[in-house]
Parts: sequence; structure tokens; C-alpha cells
Amino acid sequence: MFKNKKDQKIIIGSSFKFGDDISTDLIAPGRLFHLRSNLPELAKHVLEDADPGFAKKVKPGDFVVGGSNFGLGSSREHAPLVMKIAGVGAVLAKSFARIFFRNSINVGLPALICDTDKIDSGDILEIDLKKGIINNKTKNLKLKFNPLPEVMVKILNDGGLASHIARNKEFNL
Amino acid sequence: MHKTISEKIISKHAGRELEAGDIAVVDVDVVMSQDGTGPLAVSQIKKMGFNKVKNPSKSIFFIDHAAPSPRSELSNAHIVLREFASQTGAVVSDVGEGVCHQILVESYSCPGDIIIGGDSHTCTSGALGAFATGMGSTDIAVGYALAKTWLMVPRTIRVNFNKRINKGVFAKDLIIYLIGKITSNGATYKALEFGGEVGNRLSMNDRFTISNMTVEAGAKTGIFPSDNITKEYLRSQGRLDCFKEISADKGAKYEKVIDIDCSVIEPMVCQPHTVDNTLPVSSMEKIMVNQVFIGTCTNGRFSDLKIAADILKSRKVASGVRLIVVPASKDIYLKTLKEGVLETLISSGAVVQSPGCGPCVGVHQGILGDGEVCLSTQNRNFKGRMGNPNSFIYLSSPATAAWSAVKGYIADPREVLG
Repeated sequence: MFKNKKDQKIIIGSSFKFGDDISTDLIAPGRLFHLRSNLPELAKHVLEDADPGFAKKVKPGDFVVGGSNFGLGSSREHAPLVMKIAGVGAVLAKSFARIFFRNSINVGLPALICDTDKIDSGDILEIDLKKGIINNKTKNLKLKFNPLPEVMVKILNDGGLASHIARNKEFNL
Repeated sequence: MHKTISEKIISKHAGRELEAGDIAVVDVDVVMSQDGTGPLAVSQIKKMGFNKVKNPSKSIFFIDHAAPSPRSELSNAHIVLREFASQTGAVVSDVGEGVCHQILVESYSCPGDIIIGGDSHTCTSGALGAFATGMGSTDIAVGYALAKTWLMVPRTIRVNFNKRINKGVFAKDLIIYLIGKITSNGATYKALEFGGEVGNRLSMNDRFTISNMTVEAGAKTGIFPSDNITKEYLRSQGRLDCFKEISADKGAKYEKVIDIDCSVIEPMVCQPHTVDNTLPVSSMEKIMVNQVFIGTCTNGRFSDLKIAADILKSRKVASGVRLIVVPASKDIYLKTLKEGVLETLISSGAVVQSPGCGPCVGVHQGILGDGEVCLSTQNRNFKGRMGNPNSFIYLSSPATAAWSAVKGYIADPREVLG
């Protein structure tokens, strides 16, 4: 569930926990290469090779929670894109692979670095993107996430890189 | 200020002095994508309201991941790329030309360039002394439209390959050894910069292999200084005009320096399902293989196919093993054809397929069955990488791969090269 007010963005949802080293091959596998031109269809298979039932279970605003090095591998932007299309509200991990992290921001999917050991599958989280706070309501625990670099905040606030450039016809970071 | 190679190149392209940690918008020299990432880049270019590319002759669309196309959906994606290129004057490298990273080093990448590519292994061009890095389709779309991108200047880890390389050990073993040591996120957001007495003597083909796999340690790029070896390579490609010498300043600031004694490195293997799950072949239990694949942007070059042919000459691929060979580019294909390398490989039982990514991406040309094991010279062994999450991928040098194809199990090439 997304609550959008003027100066804050709060996302509430349930957590789906994954392990370390969730590769882009697990998120959007090469065997489904032909579906890259049909993203809604590809989104039905999101993370299928890590959790076969995930695409059916995930609800708008839910969270994908990984361990370290989330999104390693290919440069395919389709990986964060199909997560977003499937309704994922944000992806949380202890650390992200570089290209995946950048792609997530570019497509407007918040990628948050925090101590995910304190989150289990099914935990209800309320995330305040503006304040940088994750409230684990199930565990009654507050976690902080690292602030994004300023350029990425600007891109995210503009609705992703394509919108940023469409608006400015140039970088305006 | 004493600069690393990355700091030098990025400063030059930003038009101001930068150091690690700084963020800047920079000019880019070469922008590319492939048939998996290009169609989305094209739709993003249009979405941003552009109908041309800034620098057509250095804007390239490679059709290599599914080439020739195995499915109508992918054939249609190829049409999107060809039509956009023909409208904008951008370059298409079409079916049969070869893998994007190989064509880039043969024909486009120059020392000192900034190169961005819609493919994670774009770091391969770092071997020529370029700052080359992979990005997603939207970043690449912006690169095509504006010939610009934004970058954070990475901190650099200096890796010195020292002493000597033993017989039967190759560049692939060095980079697998390094990744095993620093892990798959040991260089995340960082540049790896190579040197040392072994590093400085490595051939261009060896440097391509090493730079290619730096992303498997999370690195943003993997750079070699450009030197006489670079110069001779560019001369052989008829591109001497783009040579310039680039090296780090003495006193450049490194996050850390890793010294590797190459004389202790043995033939190495990455085991399923991560690249940092490494082991010397000599310590492995007997792993039977169903398929061996020699090719890709990591190890599909002439010297790779030649060493495989030297090992397979007068021998046969073990019964029950499929050996697939894919030259990385058309030039390599022709050279291996002329010099009898392919004849040797085919006579030994290999199947040779057209230049491109081959079965590495799991789209076609050698998808594994349930429970099957493949030993490949590619760069990545993630679960599902070769098209089936119920299969097992091991990675090695071409010599280990060729000898294993003969033996039918993963075997130490020193048994034949020693």
C-alpha cells in the first residue's frame, strides 16, 4: 500500500525474505529473454527461480528483502523493472550490486540499504522514505537506512531517470 | 594531485579535476547496448522525447545474445534495433559479427575513452586503458541521446600480479583466483587497476579475460595501463591512431593494494552457483560433465581456441560429452578457420557455432537439461544462467575445458601441458 502525501512518501507492506547473492538471473532469467518485450508477462515470473510462488503472493507495496550483494550479475534493467511492475514497493538489502542499485533508482524503485537480519518473511514494515526510517511493526523495531546520494534523490523525486531527462532535456543534478 | 587511471580519465571527461568519491556529469566516447538491453533503451530514448542519437558513429547496437534469433519475439526485437539505427545513423553490429565486447575492443574502444554499455561485461574494454562500465537501458538511452552520463569517481584497488605464471595456468585462472580471494562483492563500486611484473607482461587477450571478469567481483571497471602491448594490439587492428599512453601517477591513492604471487596459482574452477565459489582443479572430487563450452567475451578469442585445439589434436571428445565452440567474433572465426584450429576442434568432436554469445546467456545454442553439468569458459555460473535452474555450471580456462572434454570429467590441464 502506498500513501503519497505532499512531502512524504510512506509505504506499508509485508516482507518477502531472500538470501545473499540474489542474481539478476534469479529475478529475470535468460530463459525468458524473449519476454523482455512483454514486461507485464515477464513480471509474472519475477524471482521465480528463487521463490516459485512469489509473483502470485506479492501485493502492491510489499517488500523484497535480501541479504548482501542483492542484484549481482547482468545489467538488465528489466530486473528492477519487473519487480516494480509486480507491485514491489521497495527492495531492502544489506548491500546491492552496483548496476542493479543504479537501475532501481532509474526506474523509480527505492533500493534501501539496512540491516535486513532484523526483518523476517511476513513482517509488516512501514517505510518513511523521506525520514529514512523503517518501522518493523511486527517486531516493534525501528531501523534506519542509509541516505541516497543527492543525485539519486533528485532522479527518484523526478520519477526516475527517463522522466528527469524528459523534463530537462539534459542532466540537471 | 597524484591520480589513479580512473581519476585521470574521468577528470578529463568532466573538464575539471576530480578525485575518488566526487560525482560528475561526463562526456562519453562510445555508447552501446545489445539485443537484450537495446530495445528498452530505444523505447526510453523515445519516451524522453528524442529522435536522434548524439554521436551516431559511436552509438552501437549489437545483435549477439540471440543471434541468429531462435524465436519470433526476439526477431522482432532485432527489427526494432535495425529500424532505429537506420533512422538515426547509429551502427548495427548484426548476426554473425560477434560478441559486443570483442567487437568493441577490435574496432571501437581506445585508451583514455569513457565507454558505457548496456551489458555488465562492458568492463572488458578496460584492458585497453579505457574507463568502461556497464549500465542499464535507461542510462544507456541517455548516453545515446546526449553522449553523457553521470558517474561517481570510484575508489581504486590496485592489484599487482607478481612473480611468474606456471605452465597450465592462464589469465582466467588468475582472475578466478583473485575473485575467490576478494569475493563477489569485494570490489563493489570500486575500480580494479592491474599491474605487477606478470600483469605488465600479459598479452592483450589475457588482459581482456581479466578485465572482462572484474564485474564478477562487483567492480565498476577493471583497468590496465596502456603500454607497448596495447600499442601493438591497436596497430594490428589498424587503429594505431587512437593509441595513447595512460598509467597511474606514482603516489596515486589506492584504497588498498593486493599483491598476488602468481607462482602459487594452479588451474582454477568456479563451482555452482557463484563465481567466488572457487577451488583449484587439483582439490576437486571427480565431477562428470555433460557439456563443455569454449567461447564468450571472456575466452572466445584466437589464443583460447588455439590452446583448446592444441590439447584436442589427435584426441577425441569423451563419449557422452558435447563440446560447443563459439568464436567471439567474425575475425576470430576466420582466423581459426584459416589456421586449421576449427578443423582440429571439429575433427575431435566439437560443434562450432556462429560468432556471438552462444549458450552463455541461456537463450539458445546449448541449453542444459535437468541435472546436467556444464564446464564453460564463460564468466558467470549463477543458477539458471544457461537456461535451466536445475543445471550446474562450472567455470574454467579454455585449457582446463578442453582437457576435461577429453577426459569426460573436470580435469587438470597440467596432465597434458605440464
